[in-house]
Amino acid sequence: MSKGTPASPALMAAKSPGHGAQASTHAGAVSTSSQASAVVGPNNVVAPIQMTGSEALVRSLEELGVKDIFGLPGGAILPTYDPLMASDLNHILVRHEQGAGHAAQGYAMVTGEVGVCIATSGPGATNLVTAIMDAHMDSVPLVAITGQVSSAVIGTDAFQEADIVGITMPITKHSYLVTDPNDIPRVLAEAFHLASTGRPGPVLVDFAKDAQQAQMTFSWPPVIDLPGYRPVFRGHSKQLREAARLIREAKKPVLYVGGGVIKANASEELLILAELTGAPVVTTLMARGAFPDSHTLHVGMPGMHGTVSAVTALQQSDLLITLGARFDDRVTGVLSSFAPHAKVIHADIDPAEISKNRTADVPIVGSLKEIIPDLSAAVKVEFESNGTPDLGDWWAFLGNLRDTYPLGWTEPEDGLMSPQRVISRIGELTGPEGVYVAGVGQHQMWAAQFIKYERPRSWLNSGGAGTMGYSVPAAMGAKVGSPDRVVWAIDGDGCFQMTNQELATCRINNIPIKVAIINNSSLGMVRQWQTLFYNSRYSNTDLNTGHDTIRVPDFVKLADAYGCAGLRCERVEDIDATIEAALAINDRPVIIDFVVSPDSMVWPMVPSGVSNDQIQVARNMTPVWDEED
Amino acid sequence: MTRHTLSVLVEDKPGVLTRVASMFARRAFNINSLAVGPTEIAGISRMTVVVDADGDLIEQVTKQLNKLVNVIKIVELVAENSVQRDHILVKVRADAATRLQVTQAADLFRASVVDVSTDSLTIEATGYADKLAALLNVLEPFGIREIVQSGTLAIGRGTRSMSDRALRAS
Repeated sequence: MSKGTPASPALMAAKSPGHGAQASTHAGAVSTSSQASAVVGPNNVVAPIQMTGSEALVRSLEELGVKDIFGLPGGAILPTYDPLMASDLNHILVRHEQGAGHAAQGYAMVTGEVGVCIATSGPGATNLVTAIMDAHMDSVPLVAITGQVSSAVIGTDAFQEADIVGITMPITKHSYLVTDPNDIPRVLAEAFHLASTGRPGPVLVDFAKDAQQAQMTFSWPPVIDLPGYRPVFRGHSKQLREAARLIREAKKPVLYVGGGVIKANASEELLILAELTGAPVVTTLMARGAFPDSHTLHVGMPGMHGTVSAVTALQQSDLLITLGARFDDRVTGVLSSFAPHAKVIHADIDPAEISKNRTADVPIVGSLKEIIPDLSAAVKVEFESNGTPDLGDWWAFLGNLRDTYPLGWTEPEDGLMSPQRVISRIGELTGPEGVYVAGVGQHQMWAAQFIKYERPRSWLNSGGAGTMGYSVPAAMGAKVGSPDRVVWAIDGDGCFQMTNQELATCRINNIPIKVAIINNSSLGMVRQWQTLFYNSRYSNTDLNTGHDTIRVPDFVKLADAYGCAGLRCERVEDIDATIEAALAINDRPVIIDFVVSPDSMVWPMVPSGVSNDQIQVARNMTPVWDEED
Repeated sequence: MTRHTLSVLVEDKPGVLTRVASMFARRAFNINSLAVGPTEIAGISRMTVVVDADGDLIEQVTKQLNKLVNVIKIVELVAENSVQRDHILVKVRADAATRLQVTQAADLFRASVVDVSTDSLTIEATGYADKLAALLNVLEPFGIREIVQSGTLAIGRGTRSMSDRALRAS
């Protein structure tokens, strides 16, 4: 399986979708640097030396610059755990492999580096599946290392055998099964290269036990051999000029900013482009923090629970300047009715995203780190030669919407705390330097709405996958990656119960995260849909953790059992003091049980299956569109 | 639906066929036929994938194929500019009374008889899919007992090779 020949530049340049017989290829290679540079890490030169496969695995991780990994050992990965003891790698022993996966995601999201998780064969590997799928949906650079049964018994239904490469094929960027120990350095270098370049994503590497045990010859750096992998970085100059022309002509442009801007570390470049064009900016759920919330050009988050101003900006726009976003159904609503009058500029590093859901008028393939400054330069030239557009009317319209329909909430009638207030105060008392990691559901939407994000990588959540249970382990990983920051897990009582075992990991490894359980005693988002669309018939959404229930589990006692600080807050007047108390505890994890109303709902909302024009600011309340001034 | 013929150069690595097939399945693309084999370059296989796709969908199919790390190059071969062939083996009922008629029918299609028994003939034919369909139509009245058919193979006309610029560099 190893071919061992270096990929030549011409070969790297050969991949292009063909149209018509013998379609042209990109002659004149772009990637002329030696392939060794594709190896992540310091590229230390290591002369050939004999060692076992498992030693090579650990050594490769070290050479790749890995510092922290999250995992849990078992039979098929045991050989690798032995040399791990002598390594400088910081291995954090989780309590469930899913926790290792999400922790690696959280780590990757705050640091921008590849997150690494490790598990044994069979159930160990399948427990990683949810996190791998989550990373795939949200383009998180992740390398998942799994043990596999010995090559001699692969295919015999051996103990703890699972075809994890097959299982994860649709949810990984790429995957490997390693049976020859001499392949280990190259395969790991390729895995890190694939995970971290182009559109980031998860790569799984499955190591047969005998490959870990056998002797091999280790040397570094290995030669990466990926003739079919050639991401494009520079945007096409003709397309950039065309985009600049459309931007000058547009009367109602919007910068539709997605998570790709954060992945590309292009926030500063975006700020320059936004201020140059003067166009309103919307940041999707995955892009919160890519552009400062406090900036006057920011009109909010679009989508099912977006602000009226952001949703309407997209709907009424005549030009979407789409940067690293993918026209997800939660943003577009019914696709055929989405932004019906808009032309579309779509810039993305993944060509397959362009014109997948919405046909682009100007497609630009490349890294946003390159495209955005190039676009700014093109726009500058265009404005200088042909004039700057007047967006006065557009801003008057959007400014009015922003003032008329700000985010807000009504106090619940049952006298319990409003969850929005709790989340809002956490953000205000902690500030923009904190990291906020949400689970999935109502609390996630409120955390996206009511915390003000001013910098990239301060907001983590499970966007595409919608994985309940993401918060606690991802916050754990985020705290390991960014130990000097305050890391809040904003979690729900339902989500928290899916992965709270990682509190043990946090406590024992001195990872002092803060967990705010927004305890509405139910699977709140499902309950909201039952209220709105199922005649308030609450089928299986009551969790009995909150007010007027038997409170199982008691979250404060549970915190205590895990050696964490446990606080409970049930009255509005105690919210600030409780948050302050939590912020003061830094020697162990803190868990706060915020007992809130189960009746609070997430607004605005575009009900599923209708146009974004039907956005409701409260139940059955739609904004008045034709209002004069 | 419009039929498209894609020639795909892939690395000859374990699982590559599964990756291609499962991508088609998961994205709900329709494969009409698929044929795989080695090429003139060691370590590189070539797949000929016939896809039914309307409008812009073929572009999405091509892009998704290109995302697979083991896929090196994709070319769409259009009928006017390529040779496209299917291969078929068909077992037809033929006794002493009808044998001559069946072999004559086969001759008309330049098909050859590759096996004979007392009451059947096995015919081998190669050609564009339409021609093979016509052959089957003619054979149908005699009684078709068994059919096995390959996926379409396709190659561009002229001197240029698909792998020329893709793979000759080393």
